[in-house]
Formats: sequence, C-alpha cells, structure tokens
Amino acid sequence: MRSRDDTQPWKGGYQPYDLVKEACIAVGVIALLAIVLSILFSSPDDKPSTIAQWSRTLPVNFLTAAATELDGTSGTAGYGPPYNHNSKGVHAVFLYPQKWLGVSHPIDTARDFVLDPLKTVPNDPTLQGAIAQYESAPAATQKAWGEAYAKPLEETAAAEEEEKPLPKTVSLDPATDTVTVQAPGAGPVGTLMTGLLSLAKSGGLDGALLTSDQFFQTDYTKPLLFMADGGLLEKRAEEQHLLGEQWGMMNETGSYPGQAWLWLYSLWYQVEPFKSSENADIWVLLLMSVLSLAFIAIPLLPGIRSIPRKIPIYKLIWREHYRESSPRSSA
Amino acid sequence: MSSAPPKTRPGSWTVRVREAGVAALPPEKLLPDGQPTYVASWIYVFGVASIASLVVIVASGSILALKGPAWWHYTGVGHFFNSIHMWAVELFFFVMVVHLWGKYWMAAWRGGRARVWMTGAVTFLVAVPTALTGYVSQQNFDAQWIATQAKDGLNSVGVGAFFNVTNFGQMYSYHVLLLPMAVIGLVTAHVLLVRRHGVVPPFELEER
Repeated sequence: MRSRDDTQPWKGGYQPYDLVKEACIAVGVIALLAIVLSILFSSPDDKPSTIAQWSRTLPVNFLTAAATELDGTSGTAGYGPPYNHNSKGVHAVFLYPQKWLGVSHPIDTARDFVLDPLKTVPNDPTLQGAIAQYESAPAATQKAWGEAYAKPLEETAAAEEEEKPLPKTVSLDPATDTVTVQAPGAGPVGTLMTGLLSLAKSGGLDGALLTSDQFFQTDYTKPLLFMADGGLLEKRAEEQHLLGEQWGMMNETGSYPGQAWLWLYSLWYQVEPFKSSENADIWVLLLMSVLSLAFIAIPLLPGIRSIPRKIPIYKLIWREHYRESSPRSSA
Repeated sequence: MSSAPPKTRPGSWTVRVREAGVAALPPEKLLPDGQPTYVASWIYVFGVASIASLVVIVASGSILALKGPAWWHYTGVGHFFNSIHMWAVELFFFVMVVHLWGKYWMAAWRGGRARVWMTGAVTFLVAVPTALTGYVSQQNFDAQWIATQAKDGLNSVGVGAFFNVTNFGQMYSYHVLLLPMAVIGLVTAHVLLVRRHGVVPPFELEER
C-alpha cells in the first residue's frame, strides 16, 4: 500500500534551509573530528615482515615451509586456481567458480620458490651441482628425497605444537645460527635447503621472488604466498588478534576499529556449519551476495519493506511533525 | 555577422540534454533554500555527514596520493594525513550506517523513491571494497595479513582471477582511482535523486 501523499509534492509548510551552508558546516565538523581522533589515537603502521626476517628469526620454520614448497605439499602448492591445477579449489554443490576462472597467476612452488631463486646464487659449484642433480632425477626420486628431508622437520613442528620433547634430528646452533637436519635418503635436498636458507637470510630471496621479465615490479603474490605458507605472519597475526577465529581481517593491529563494517561477513566464519566447512569461503561469499542483493532490493521485498510501518520508530523521528499536525495543536 | 544569439535548433543533442536536465531538476529544486517542515530531526544530519566524510576522505587521500604510497611511513606529516584518512573512513562508515538505518525506519523508498534507496545501498556495498583495497595498499603488516586472508574468499568465487589482492600495483590503482570514482558517481546519482524526488514525507498516522 502506498501512502496517499508520498508521490506528490509536499503541500504543507516549508522552513528556510541553506543547503550549501549546512554542507560546509558538516565538512568542517567531520574534518575537525577526524583531526581530533588522529591527534588522540594516530593510526597503526606495524612494519611488514620480510622473508629475510622470517628466515633469521624462525630458521627451522622457514626450512619446514621451504621443504613443503619443494615437495609440493605446501598450502600454495596444493591450492589450485588461480595459482595452479593441483586441486579444483573450493566449491558449493555444482558451482566451481575457482576452477572455472582458471589459473591466472601460475605458480610452480618448487621452481618459483626454490629452484629458480637458487640458480641466481653465483660462485657456488656445490649448490649448482645439487640443483642439476635434483632436476635431472625422475619425479618419483625427487618426491622421495623431498619427503625424506621434510619428515624430521614436520616431526619437530608437530612436537612443538603439542609441546612434546623435540626430536634430535633437527638442531639449531644458536652460536652460529645454523640448522642441522638429519635426513638420510634426502639426496641433494639438504644442500638445496641450506643454500635457500642462506639466500633468504641475506635478503636475496625477497628480491628473487619479485624478479620478473620487467625491471619495475608491483606484484607481491609470490613472496606473500610463500610467507603465508610459513609461521611468521600467523605468529604475528595471533599476537595481534587477527586470526580467522579472532574475527580475522576485519581487525587491524593495535586497538583500532579496523574494518568493522565486515562484521557480518566475519560472523559466518565463527558459526557452524561454516566454521568447520572446507568450503566456507565460497558459502560465506554466496550468502553475503544474496544478502547484499536483498539489501539493495528492500523496497521490493514484501514483509521486510513493511516492518517500518509496524514498528513505529517513525513516530520518534517525526514527533514534531505529528505534534504540530495533531487536531489538538491545530485547534 | 549578426550580434543576435543563435536560434535554438530543435534537433540539437545539447539542447535536448539541457532541457531534460532542467526539467528534471530545475535550479530551485537542485539547490533549494527551503525544505518541508517535517524535516526536523537529528537523523537527517547523517546523510550530509556521510557526504562530508567522503569529502574529507578524498581530500586526505589526495594529499597521500600526491606524495606516493611510501611517504606516510617515514614522515610525521605523512602519518598524520594517513591518520586523518583512516579516521575519516571510520566516520564515513559509522554515519552512513546510521543514515541507512534512519532511512530504513522512515521507509524512505516510498513514493517512487526506490532508486534513491538502491543507489544508497550500492554505495555502501562499493565502499566496502574501496576500503579493502586501501587496507591492502598500506605496505605494512596489516596489508600483508589482510591480503593473504582476503585472497581465499575472493579466489573461492573466482574473483581472484582478475582482482588480485596480493598485487600492490593493481590494488593501489583500484583504491586511488577506480573505486573512488564509482563511489563519487553513486553518491552524486543518489543526491540528485533525493533532490528530484524530495525528502520522503512522514507516514500518515491514520494509515496504520
């Protein structure tokens, strides 16, 4: 039902109004508020992590992640589109948009994160020999070497997580800051990983992962994905209450409001069935898309568009109008 | 050469656009100096406050853009303007949400005003990625973490194939040009529609 008067020009009284003056005052007040908030609270700016920093502060964690990049078991290696074809990605019933849109940013983690950066290391015949030996081996042998090297590192990571005594197969010498991994049957992988750790500590890997055919570069996909496969970003995020189960990316470092407007999007990740679903990302996005369309279409949705008539908050908003136009006041 | 003004040609596209524009929004309707007496509540302030916040966001963002994306990390003045930019965004979303709720409870889409509501709702939805691209363009730890988290959601629906949150260059272009243009365009359309249709009148009490 359409109200009688709301399509027609207003026939009642008018009051003086200075639109431009009101807009100027509003800009002044908001600018002042923003300035006061800036003076009082500033804004967060925690320094970004680098692969050099990661490899220096958490060398064992770095090697654990690097080993999974080489043997193809890391998060990025098995991600699927848009990075590779190693999985179909997430899906909802028969919807596979991740797969349908294809591999737009191809990443072969063994080649891009490990072997190609190592090839840039000059004057190290032992390392270059190890690369040649690895590359010329059959895939099955490469896999066996990679798994043999990764095994003690994964056992160490599991023991750390469960707070059990660490196995003696992986040791860190604090004096020389060197990591020793006892991994029989790992072929040249030990040499490769030691070389990669050295390159990372020098800062060379940060640069090598940004290298492309062009001089200028703005795409940080490779270094960010490599770092996200390790533990440094997650460790910092946990300290700053930024993990998924801590309402994730709607927060930011420090005690700032962050992207509070993403509360509904983040909410779904905290509740079942999304919380434990492997396909939560697509289900949450689809649900939010439907809700967003409904939000736009509220004027067309029976029921929802009628609620404001039934819950008379409008009487509060227009209380002066109703008071002045009531029979008693006009009498 | 005649000094008289040229006669209006009826087939002129320019004339048609001008006449349609003036017919839809005559100057006194576009910039009114009076408004209905029922427009008397604090809730009405939040619409203009949203526009004011957008002005402060664009002004502070333009200063940051003039100096480039790294400036605010190593100068106090730059950090101050970044803070103004961030708090203006927080204020923008806060006042816009209050404005939205206010308009919902007024059922402000009544009387052929559905497009007013819809342009407002779409503005809110486009403002979300505008802010997100800002967060991932910050070149600090927040940008790293938010980018690596946001990629999974976007990849899951295929958007990641052409909108890569881990590509700083692409996100910066979206943040300083494409999405702000969309927001400003939508807000302009929204305000022109409000001026054209007028502020929604109160419910008639006997309707209930």
